[in-house]
Amino acid sequence: MSAVVETSAAPVARTGGFRWARFLRSPQGIVGLAVLAFVLAVALIGPLVAPHSLSAPVGVPASPPSPGFPLGTDYLGRDVLSRLLHGGTSVLVISCIATAFIYLIGIGVGMTAGLSRSIVDPVLMRIVDVFLVFPPLMLLLLLIAGAGTGVGILIVGIVLVLFPGVARIVRTATLEVSTTSYIEAAVARGERTLSTMRREVLPNITPAIIADVGVRFSAVIILAASVNFLGLGEKPPAANWGLMIAENLQIVSSNIWSVLAPAIMLALLTISINLLGDAYVRSLGRTEPPR
Amino acid sequence: MTATSTPQSALDLSGLTVRLTRGAEIVQDIDLHLAPGQILGIVGESGSGKTTTALSLLGFTSDGTEISTGSLQLGGSQVRIDDSLRSLRGSVISYVPQDPGRALNPSLRIADAITDVATAHSRDGDPHELVVRMLEAVGLPSAEEFRRRFPHQISGGQQQRVLIAMALVGDPTVIVLDEPTTGLDVITQKRVLSLLLRLRDEQQISMVYVTHDLAVVAQIADRIAVMYAGRVVEQGSLDKVLGRPRHPYTRGLLASIPDHARPRVLDAMPGIAVGVGERPTGCAFRPRCQLSVEQCAVEVPPLDPIEEGHEVRCFRYKQTLQINPILLQPQQNVGDRGRRTVLRVEGLRAEHMVHGGDPVVAAANVSFTVHAGACVALVGESGSGKTTIARAIAGLHPIARGRVLLGDEEVPSLARRRSVEQRRRIQLVFQSAAEALNPRRTVRDSIGRPAHVLRGMGRREVRSEVSRLLDSVRLPARIADRYPRELSGGERQRVAIARALAADPEVILCDEITSALDVSVQAAVLQVLNDLRRDFGLGLLFITHNVGVVATVADEVLVLQRGLICERGSTTEVLENPRDAYTQRLLSAAPSVVEVMEHWGIAEGTTPPA
Repeated sequence: MSAVVETSAAPVARTGGFRWARFLRSPQGIVGLAVLAFVLAVALIGPLVAPHSLSAPVGVPASPPSPGFPLGTDYLGRDVLSRLLHGGTSVLVISCIATAFIYLIGIGVGMTAGLSRSIVDPVLMRIVDVFLVFPPLMLLLLLIAGAGTGVGILIVGIVLVLFPGVARIVRTATLEVSTTSYIEAAVARGERTLSTMRREVLPNITPAIIADVGVRFSAVIILAASVNFLGLGEKPPAANWGLMIAENLQIVSSNIWSVLAPAIMLALLTISINLLGDAYVRSLGRTEPPR
Repeated sequence: MTATSTPQSALDLSGLTVRLTRGAEIVQDIDLHLAPGQILGIVGESGSGKTTTALSLLGFTSDGTEISTGSLQLGGSQVRIDDSLRSLRGSVISYVPQDPGRALNPSLRIADAITDVATAHSRDGDPHELVVRMLEAVGLPSAEEFRRRFPHQISGGQQQRVLIAMALVGDPTVIVLDEPTTGLDVITQKRVLSLLLRLRDEQQISMVYVTHDLAVVAQIADRIAVMYAGRVVEQGSLDKVLGRPRHPYTRGLLASIPDHARPRVLDAMPGIAVGVGERPTGCAFRPRCQLSVEQCAVEVPPLDPIEEGHEVRCFRYKQTLQINPILLQPQQNVGDRGRRTVLRVEGLRAEHMVHGGDPVVAAANVSFTVHAGACVALVGESGSGKTTIARAIAGLHPIARGRVLLGDEEVPSLARRRSVEQRRRIQLVFQSAAEALNPRRTVRDSIGRPAHVLRGMGRREVRSEVSRLLDSVRLPARIADRYPRELSGGERQRVAIARALAADPEVILCDEITSALDVSVQAAVLQVLNDLRRDFGLGLLFITHNVGVVATVADEVLVLQRGLICERGSTTEVLENPRDAYTQRLLSAAPSVVEVMEHWGIAEGTTPPA
């Protein structure tokens, strides 16, 4: 009675790995992709098809939509549609670069702290706490006051404000994983720390990180917009959805579209990122064994 | 329906079927009968539907399931099996849940937990007097100091007694107990079992005892119902079911139980149990049965009475005794052929650091030697330090004093200071197979990694090595692309063993690797380990709390009590002639199913007349 033992006819539908098919079948995945594609198209193709200049006044300031200017004009009489089409590129570039660095640093610091079991953990986390206790805008303003304005400084500032949260989440998730037997097995066979992080820890904390990306990306956009709002980020006449909201707030009663249109674009961008993160986590499938 | 049962009946269940709200049956056509003052054991492996059946007796179904048919009589009167039973719960039929640690409200003192039940049943009288009486009934101290304790301040065995006391408050005629001693060590288990027997004898309380452990049921039950895939496959009085088991599944189970009193070769059933919704037509046991005929695939066999007080659900029950004997062949010592030493531990001491205090000694002065092809067992209850010893040898826990030697070479304390070669030669298999494998890595990745890291194999070599290793733990090569979640518990544990083998080790440290598995799966895993010792001369350090498993696998035994070795010797010597008082208690508390079987007429290698 000892032939090769048959395996269980276990459900294969939701497993430990990522599947594109599952991703694309979920409503969040489809809608998220479609909305993101639209925003990307506006940002990337927009500058090529914009009907007017982004800096020269073309009509009466703050006039409502008319046949010539579908979204009306802004507080200086520039075409809102043209500025909208131009203004996505820098938003996307800044927020993507900033988000990438936030996660690079946050994941590195968080995983190192979570796995270290030595003095490294408290030291790293107290450093993180220092950044966490600063009010975000104050940290940014200090930085700008010290180093001047500019896109690079803006990105550094955003990263310093937002990486501590990621580091904390990653550390907590790593601590949870670090007590499991498969980490012990990796330690016992002498894996390098980097390889343990990449092979054993990272895949298991990915859901926690992805769930965070949506919120964090939105925070990046809002932070960048509020710095622009204060007039400390990019300089006018550059077009930027955040900057557009800021500069046109005074004429919102005359031409609501000068504020609403860039706001809608920013909202669509954050919503699509959130939807995609959600769809990704759902399509990962469960890892706990069936009961 | 009218009440037709005799007054001799405490509980009569017939035709119970519970199904998922949309679709598959979880349990089908369950008939149970229980006389006053009797204990009925419901035995089955995970997924057999035993807990579902037990909860149905209280009119309870878990979310997403419903009772579709069935009739129940309690003490001779007909009741509906649904929430209307609520009024009878506790006063006519009560429940003792699994896992006492989680079943008690951690913020209620023991006395309050018991009086709460009394209030719910609006019992008159002095609550104080009631608590004292209940605690005394279950053999717990009734002093004020004890009554005021919280659940975390008493032991697991005491928690279980408190739960039994709570079940007794309403003076029920029937108590349903769900795995009441799983999780307790054998000595505590024995105390709980004798308490239950006393309650049965003194108060004529009937009990339904649900468990996966036939050996435990053999100690206390008057009747046994064996469940498989949602049906009762064999039912009858203890002497019938254990003295002349007829269903191939019952016989397979009995052949799978490791027994310290009668060490024997285990005979694992092929295949694994089927889950809800994937049961085959006809007899659900057919795919694993050696006796199956065409009829078994077409029809579900009825639960036929084959003699007075013995029912079997099998078309071929007449043949089982001849064709399918339960092997009682004594266990042969497979080890100790080569005298080459693979692992030597000398005077090992391991400590746990306590924040701002003296370190706690987990193990002290532990010495032993593992030879190639031999198996040394480390036995002890939880907290005896066995796991820490394994971790220290594997380099996961610092060694405070003493040495670990591979062959003649002393190895550094921590894994990261050891050479690749040293790490390769010792491998550890963990207790929880569910946690031992990275859930986001395929079986191939998990098994292949040690072969790559420790033996420097390239991608292509790893591929063929993984197939070979899966074969050596008797798993089909196609599961290499699966994720751990897609495997059953026994399959996962065998993958974990294959991962240890991938390093081509000389010694494997097995830390309670079968304690979470069903007995039939455990038997298969133990078989695999025995084959590996025989075929590859692998040395094993086997850590367990189960003396039956020790008898089945080990050549030498070390008994561990609070970090110290209290007795050591060859397995036969220690099991037959224990000298230390603790070992004696441990062995006398461990239940033996074969002794009961022999008592009721099964003889070694032969079968009783039909």
